[in-house]
Amino acid sequence: MNRAVIRSGMGALLSHWVRHPMQLLTLLVGLALATALWSGVQAINAEARAAYARAAAAVGEDTLARIVAVAGGPIGDSDYVALRRAGWLVSPLVEGRHRASGLRVIGIDPLTLPPQAAVSGAVPVVGGDIAGFLGGTRGLADAETIAALGGDGLPGVRLAPADGLPPMTVILDVGAAQRLLAAPGQLDALILAPGPHPNALPQHLALRAAARDGSLARLTESFHLNLTAFGFLAFAVGLFIVHSAIGLAFEQRRPVFRTLRALGLSAGTLTGLLVAELLVLAIIAGLLGVALGYLVAAALLPDVGATLSGLYGATVPGTLSIRAEWWATGLVIAVLGTLAAAGQSLWRLWHLPVLAPAQARAWALASTRTRRLQFGAAVALLAASAGLVAFGHGLWAAFGGLGALLLGAALALPSIMDAVVRVAQRARSGVLWEWFWADTRQQLPGLSLALMALLLAMAANIGVGTMVTSFRTTFVGWLDQRLASELYLTAASADEAARLTLWLRPRTDAILPIVSAEADLIGQPGSIYGVADHATYRDHWPLLQSVDGVWDRVADGTGVLVNEQMARRGGLGLGVEVALPHGALPIVGVYSDYGNPSPQALIGLVAFQRRFPDTEVLRFGLRIAPDRAAGLAADLRQTFDLPETALVDQAGIKAFSLRVFDRTFTVTAALNVLTLGVAGLAMFASLLTLATFRQPQLAPVWAMGLTLRHIALLDFCRTLVLATVACLAALPLGLALAWVLLAVVNVEAFGWRLPMQVFPLDWLGLFGAALLAIGLAALIPTLKLARRAPVDLLRVFAHER
Amino acid sequence: MGKLHLSVMLLSLTNVKKTYATSEGPLVVLDGVTLDLGSGQSMALTGESGSGKSTLLHLVAGLDRPDAGEIVLAGKSLATLPDRELAALRRGTVGLVFQQFNLIPSLDVRANLSFQARLAARHDPDWCAHLADALGLTALLDRYPEQVSGGQQQRVAIGRTLAARPRLVLADEPTGNLDEATADSVLGLMLQLVSASGAALMMVTHSPRLAGRLDRRLHLTGGKVAP
Ligand SMILES: Nc1ncnc2c1ncn2[C@@H]1O[C@H](COP(=O)(O)OP(=O)(O)OP(=O)(O)O)[C@@H](O)[C@H]1O
Ligand SMILES: [Mg+2]
Repeated sequence: MNRAVIRSGMGALLSHWVRHPMQLLTLLVGLALATALWSGVQAINAEARAAYARAAAAVGEDTLARIVAVAGGPIGDSDYVALRRAGWLVSPLVEGRHRASGLRVIGIDPLTLPPQAAVSGAVPVVGGDIAGFLGGTRGLADAETIAALGGDGLPGVRLAPADGLPPMTVILDVGAAQRLLAAPGQLDALILAPGPHPNALPQHLALRAAARDGSLARLTESFHLNLTAFGFLAFAVGLFIVHSAIGLAFEQRRPVFRTLRALGLSAGTLTGLLVAELLVLAIIAGLLGVALGYLVAAALLPDVGATLSGLYGATVPGTLSIRAEWWATGLVIAVLGTLAAAGQSLWRLWHLPVLAPAQARAWALASTRTRRLQFGAAVALLAASAGLVAFGHGLWAAFGGLGALLLGAALALPSIMDAVVRVAQRARSGVLWEWFWADTRQQLPGLSLALMALLLAMAANIGVGTMVTSFRTTFVGWLDQRLASELYLTAASADEAARLTLWLRPRTDAILPIVSAEADLIGQPGSIYGVADHATYRDHWPLLQSVDGVWDRVADGTGVLVNEQMARRGGLGLGVEVALPHGALPIVGVYSDYGNPSPQALIGLVAFQRRFPDTEVLRFGLRIAPDRAAGLAADLRQTFDLPETALVDQAGIKAFSLRVFDRTFTVTAALNVLTLGVAGLAMFASLLTLATFRQPQLAPVWAMGLTLRHIALLDFCRTLVLATVACLAALPLGLALAWVLLAVVNVEAFGWRLPMQVFPLDWLGLFGAALLAIGLAALIPTLKLARRAPVDLLRVFAHER
Repeated sequence: MGKLHLSVMLLSLTNVKKTYATSEGPLVVLDGVTLDLGSGQSMALTGESGSGKSTLLHLVAGLDRPDAGEIVLAGKSLATLPDRELAALRRGTVGLVFQQFNLIPSLDVRANLSFQARLAARHDPDWCAHLADALGLTALLDRYPEQVSGGQQQRVAIGRTLAARPRLVLADEPTGNLDEATADSVLGLMLQLVSASGAALMMVTHSPRLAGRLDRRLHLTGGKVAP
């Protein structure tokens, strides 16, 4: 093919964009927005995953096997010594959260730690002070954390910077860590060096293989899957815009295509040129989108970080680093999205006969057959969705079901709209309305993509909104039950605890010890709590199911309570014996435990102390008349010179929990609003597209005696009517979405099921917002039509078109 | 012009001028056109392509406004009428047949045929059926405009205009898409219906033969009327 022909062909094609800058803008903005939402979410996920990987790599969790206690719970120092003597190349590990500072403390032994653990290389360079490290006066943290702590980190420990550590994490010598975590003589695991090792382990110990992703990654997987799903939804909605902008650009250039073909360009070359053009546009928009996505992610990351640490105890840095692979995937997704959106147009172009008649309206008029096919696909998808939700297992099945539900509903929408309009058409009410409905029916194929986008955005808003508000209502009620004590006190040592309780006894109604131990429950890391026998629990504890006399059974040590997630995950019910460290117990009750991803069990205080005699009682719930709580807290602080974190009141914890809760859903709310905005933009793009085909449809009506203003008003009403139908259709879809989220996804992801509550007032607000967005989108096309000069319309009737 | 004159003349144009702004500068299309048309009269408008025939028709129909001069239709001066009343005039008084794109694509032939009559609240089903029959459209009533030929569309447009019984029928080459025999019979029908209802007809045509069948004939050239 002649190069000059190609060059001039390209010139002719590109000149279109110069003449239609608005269209170019719509295309670029749509694609950039879609890419931004998608890659923003990916950036957040990548940042979090990198943090998990670093956390896992720090002590070699990703590459090294470990030895842990079979029953969960701690391993004694003596086990370590015995195994070393037996020829096991093991190194001790202590992990925990330092209550006062909130830092994650990891204790290692630099002399035996295998070199595969990321921190092992850093220890010798602790300011050259290995003796200081071993003596517990020196520790390691990443430079950012050290700067953030600004000196007041851990008492008596000087921190030196080390690379590759997760934020808010401090590496110490084992002994120092045991002291800080108030767990003398206890180890959490033994890290096993690679290579051959003896076979036999003592009965109470077990070997656990290296976990590629680390435990945090597994724990938080559902959270990230959630984010990804929403990112993808936003991306899909954005592609609707791109599709309609490309469709318009192709349709308007049909005469150019024909001329170029007639001038000797083959269909292949022409398609190639257009693909090249699309690629250039996709790359420009992709770069814009990734940059925009960076801003979105940077704005949302602090909230996500707060959520992750509140929900899972995972620390994610508050600032975003720029990753090459993330730019690359952003561009790839932009290009793929563009090609997917342009597929139909390109295919049509490829099959366009050289002298095809100028059938401008053919593009807008998808045939009845297409609609029937869509409806068939919709029915199949909805059935598949029902099947997945009803019979599927796991989070992927749940999300697959959701995807099928949304896509199926979107595909069914044109048929629903058509049916609604047909019914309206039948209600004869004057010639003008007859025309209005007939014309509406003709507009439907051109508007259906935008309406689908609106449907999806609205359904997501209703569904997620219902889920979040249901959750919040339940959560608030649950907090009231769960946080029954007026004050919560943490002592620094057993000694201090003794002095505090002595002082408190005459001044409070009750002092309720709170003790806990880490343990493997149903094969997952979890915790066991010991509770005193007191009316506080009997009256308030949020039990979902229980046997008669449940609290007596707990108090006398013959029964255990488990949280909902443990019961669901383990398939456990009342009466089932559940394995606990030092002996199984039957389940006598199940309680709700929101905001905690891990299994948890509750036994009586006496039974607990029998099983875990080494655990010191350092935390207490204090019962006192609510109006005296503040005074008592002040007295306590003054008398014992307690740090801020040692004493919190109920209101403080509730406020904190709710803050974490609300931050958790800031991200979802932000994505929701953005999705609705994108849907508005899709509507705008479609209306602009349609406006160019409208003249021959409207001119006769105008000539026969309707003012342009009247016609424009009708057009505006039409858009609002269609948007309203889409919104109404979104209501059942959104509720279905909420139901699946609450009853399936939450159960799979977090292990709890929440009652669904509906908030019709919220819907009204949402409908208002959506109609406002659509009204704004329709405003410019409407005004343009109302102000159109008669000459423009008259051209329709002359030969000049 | 006295009162008597007005009552007789359905339409009168006085010194009407129209100029289009084009990229090569202003283009004077109508340069002082004066003419009268009484009820029951028919008039042929001829002229070269681009001489301004369609422009003149559009001005008379109130679809566009002249730059100068006066157009009085059914006793109303179009120059001062607001948009709303111009639209009412198009609905009630005038019937238009364009060169192309006459029909509303979303409505079937039956609905198109009665559309204007119903807008003007003068719908008469018997009259519509009669027109459909006379124009040979009975078999096409359930089809959509894109499913009938150009000539058939043109006949629907004519039927639609006549169905509303306007006082003034304006037709822009209504038979342009028809073969000679059909054109003759359709024109015959138009003339018959127009005279029967006492309306006036102003028709653009390139055919001297057809022009000859009308009461009067005006020739547009250089923006002026040459009788
Ligand atoms: N909107 C416009 N802007 C600029 N020029 C116009 C416009 N409409 C018409 N013209 C020009 O005005 C002149 C008269 O146009 P008009 O359509 O009235 O001619 P006509 O006599 O109906 O021609 P034909 O027999 O080909 O239909 C033509 O030269 C045309 O190019
Ligand atoms: Mg003309």
